[in-house]
Amino acid sequence: MIRAVIVINDQGKPRLVKFYDYQPVEKQQEIIRNVYGVLCSRAENVSNFVQDSTFGPDTRLVYKTFATLFFIVIFDDSENELAILDLMQVFVETLDKCFGNVCELDIVFNFNKVHTILDEIILGGQVVEMSSSEVVKALDDITRLQKNPNSIVRVPKSISGWQGR
Amino acid sequence: MSGGGGPSLMDSLFQRTLDDLIKGIRLHLPGAAQSSFISKSLDEIRREIKSTDSQTKATALQKLTYLHSLHGIDMSWAAFHAVELTSSPSFLHKKTGYLAASLSFRPSMDVLLLLTNQLRKDLSSTNQHEVSLALECLSVICTPDFARDLTPDIFTLLSGKNFIRKKAIACLLMVFSQYPDAVRVCFKRLVDNLESADNAQTLAATVGVFCELASKEPRSYLPLAPEFYRILVDSRNNWVLIKVLKIFAHLAKLEPRLAKKVVEPICDHMKRSEAKSLVFECVRAIVSSFYEFEFAVKLAVAKIREFLLDSDLNLRYLGLQGLLLVAPNHLWAVLENKEVVIKSLSDVDRNIKLEALRLVMSMVSDDNVVEICRVLIGYALKSDPEFCNEILRSMLSTCSRNVYEIVIDFDWYVSLLAEMARIPHCQNGEEIEFQLIDIGMRVKDVRPELVRAGRDLLIDPALLGNPFIHRILSAAAWVSGEYVKFSRNPFEIMEALLQPRTNLLPPSIRSVYIHSTFKVLSFCLHSFLLPGKGVNSSRSNFVDIEPGFTYSESEQEFTETDHATSSSGFNKRDTFTQEAVVNMLTLVITSLTPLAESHDVEIQERVRNVLGLAQLAQQEISCNHDQKEKMVDKVDLKTSIIIRLINDALSEDFGPVSLSAQERVPVPNGLVLEENLSKLDSICADVQLSISESFSLVKPILLPTDGDSVSNQQNEEDSETSPAESMSLLAEHRKRHGLFYLPSDHNKNASSSFPPANDPNQRDNDVEDLVKLTDESLVLKRKPGSNRPRPVVVKLDEGERLPITVKKTDENDDLISGAVRDVLLGNEASLHSSNPSGRRKGESHSKDKVENFETGNSSKRRSKHRNHGKYVEDKEENSEKSKKKSGGRHKARRRADGGIDVAVQKQVIPDFLL
Repeated sequence: MIRAVIVINDQGKPRLVKFYDYQPVEKQQEIIRNVYGVLCSRAENVSNFVQDSTFGPDTRLVYKTFATLFFIVIFDDSENELAILDLMQVFVETLDKCFGNVCELDIVFNFNKVHTILDEIILGGQVVEMSSSEVVKALDDITRLQKNPNSIVRVPKSISGWQGR
Repeated sequence: MSGGGGPSLMDSLFQRTLDDLIKGIRLHLPGAAQSSFISKSLDEIRREIKSTDSQTKATALQKLTYLHSLHGIDMSWAAFHAVELTSSPSFLHKKTGYLAASLSFRPSMDVLLLLTNQLRKDLSSTNQHEVSLALECLSVICTPDFARDLTPDIFTLLSGKNFIRKKAIACLLMVFSQYPDAVRVCFKRLVDNLESADNAQTLAATVGVFCELASKEPRSYLPLAPEFYRILVDSRNNWVLIKVLKIFAHLAKLEPRLAKKVVEPICDHMKRSEAKSLVFECVRAIVSSFYEFEFAVKLAVAKIREFLLDSDLNLRYLGLQGLLLVAPNHLWAVLENKEVVIKSLSDVDRNIKLEALRLVMSMVSDDNVVEICRVLIGYALKSDPEFCNEILRSMLSTCSRNVYEIVIDFDWYVSLLAEMARIPHCQNGEEIEFQLIDIGMRVKDVRPELVRAGRDLLIDPALLGNPFIHRILSAAAWVSGEYVKFSRNPFEIMEALLQPRTNLLPPSIRSVYIHSTFKVLSFCLHSFLLPGKGVNSSRSNFVDIEPGFTYSESEQEFTETDHATSSSGFNKRDTFTQEAVVNMLTLVITSLTPLAESHDVEIQERVRNVLGLAQLAQQEISCNHDQKEKMVDKVDLKTSIIIRLINDALSEDFGPVSLSAQERVPVPNGLVLEENLSKLDSICADVQLSISESFSLVKPILLPTDGDSVSNQQNEEDSETSPAESMSLLAEHRKRHGLFYLPSDHNKNASSSFPPANDPNQRDNDVEDLVKLTDESLVLKRKPGSNRPRPVVVKLDEGERLPITVKKTDENDDLISGAVRDVLLGNEASLHSSNPSGRRKGESHSKDKVENFETGNSSKRRSKHRNHGKYVEDKEENSEKSKKKSGGRHKARRRADGGIDVAVQKQVIPDFLL
């Protein structure tokens, strides 16, 4: 299964962190630091795979550089390396469709949306969608739901809270 | 406005949004400014999150989740607020709550209990996106309680809309692992989903789950082989096929008949597919699980070769990996591609270099180890420090495997180790140290060579400047002291051990040097004072260490060669002239006296031992200096007596110690080892107190003396230290920035072949050379000159390797597979049985299944002649069979509902395996 999806920029700042089995936040940060250390030391135009023992002897790490960002997927031996590379392509394509020519800032300022997109593609470490157009469709649905007017019921509530004081 | 930090309307109106927070963080420079901004924001969040207004609360939680996820801020205190928001009627707020929960909850939180009802409600929501939120959250934070309580809800979703179904299936994996009994409820629906050809994604999720399950305990999923086979043949979805291939790779190892059946379609995919991912998966499956099928392996190796020759580095890397998988069973495949492998050693990509190195090591055998190591050493000299050490490490580990199994010529191996020590970047000192000593103890025949190599290392003053090889020098010193009798010139070794630059060594290693001095000294004095009672006489009455510990039959032979070397080595009495010995004593005394005041206990103690002996000998020998006639009485001198005693003690050999040696020591009577030590606590409490007191008292006193010692030492050795120290600094610098230095005189042989790092032409030439070299050397043939018998390597009677811990499968996996078997074999009775008895039933079923296979076997034999290898016919039969199978499954389902008919079920499985 997929153990983690991480996006960091070339300064090592995390932009998206998602672990599929529980990791304490300190451990997460440590993993990210280690991964960044490894990726930094790699030259450009080399292979995208790194043997990685963060989660045991069989885990592997695939990364891909897009402009200033490293997209990283950590997974074990029930996944195929090249298929995961395809998956990353799907993820980035979807981001591109959603943000129109995605850049680092889009990911910085759309924390929630990026998570929503990722959750449509991977759930519980399993890939559930490989078609970016399907993901975009689901995302449009969700955006519509979020703007649903009946969610604006907060005014009376807050006033009552205020009056009660 | 509101006391106690409670939320206020102002907070709600002028609340910072997540965007504001992010902008704020970006405005502040990383470091103090940023962290103070974050802690200020946290204070705000703490206030806002208590708001009764859910919008305010949601925004606060959003900000907190962001800080938690990307800045590592603890948010466990806000767990309750997250739970609260999941029940919000607003989808946005609900989503915020769930995101916070899935990113921050840990399995042990109490607050999880509060979430159960909400999850149930959302799982049965009519809004599919609410259901997905709940599923996503559950897939991350699932606990046994959640899994138990929510299994029915998930079960319902397994036959719902595809959008939800695929997610529910993916979520099942977590549910099963937390609560194996869920398998009994959900497994049939999961199996049904293997037929959902209408939606590729649902099928992909289903095979994904089976792939995970089968990787843990494949045996339980053998009965599903027909379903997987159908998918393998019919599906055109690469993602699905990859997972099915992985499942078959697991299953085929268990059932050779299945392997035979499946290998054809896999080869078809391998030939046909354009997708590299699928092709590679086929290759991997073939070489790891179907390696007995020659034609398939040939095809796979051809594909690997395509990968190796591709311009894409990823494919080249995977090609090497594939080759590595083939290597154990089909070494020819590696040899066939050896030029590519060797060339890859100089690839720009570190990964590729490492894989290539592993492949080269996989080709090593006792015939070619010498050549391969020569090639690699040459290569190590030319590569960057990191990879150089990687090469050295793999050589060391390969050569020492199974007690130096592949090494025949130990003289060569010792000189190889010495050569490694001289490689400028070598950082494997510890391992080399271990092996030098280990070989010394195990292989008697190699000791003269070992001493020679040790001498060469010790005598080179340049090596002392490199802290990475201090450990090797320590081994060299030990070896030269322990086996000094093989030395051509012990005085030379003594000088090497006492050379001024040894002050660059750390105290622990220096004390090894000094102790070796002691051994050399006592040996020299012995040879001088008691020439008649030479080494051999003292050896002859030397008894082996342990009873039951035999060296070998060559013991007798050995003492003879021993005699030969010692007599030829140094021209006996001529070497040990009075003058030489007196000079040596003076040298020892002058160079060690300053160290008698050393602040390192080890050094001080050893130095005093040596000095005591040296001074005693000096007195008596110089007394006798004038009266030559009295020399005959040397034997009666006090020194002689002591020396004889010491020498007897020292000449006892060290042998390797078995790991289990301690276990074999009988426990003395009256020693109670398993007594309860609870009383110890009260005693220890006092002890610890006093220790901590002494710490605080002693430290301030110790520190100044320490400082004194340094300055003292510096004063004493002023003339020596400062240049030496600068030399060591220089050496360190040289080590770090080796590229910018011209080759120095002392490691000339090492550095002369050291090319400028980034000279492409040079590199290409090197590669050519290497390829040429290996072309000759990697041929698998007996070397003509290898007639020399392998020396005896001492091994202990039992295995010396660490005891291998038996890999236990997770208990949960056991439970899961038990449940799976129950379901697959349609045992209704255990469906509702309680846990422990259910498990026992699972076990009995596994026995049943073994019987199944046996009957299958016989039926196979019976029907073998029926489908006599005609492929077309076979295919038809297949489709027929799959029809039959689906019929069988329906029956099975009916059976599960109604009575049990194991007899029919039994036939369903083996039939396919024909």
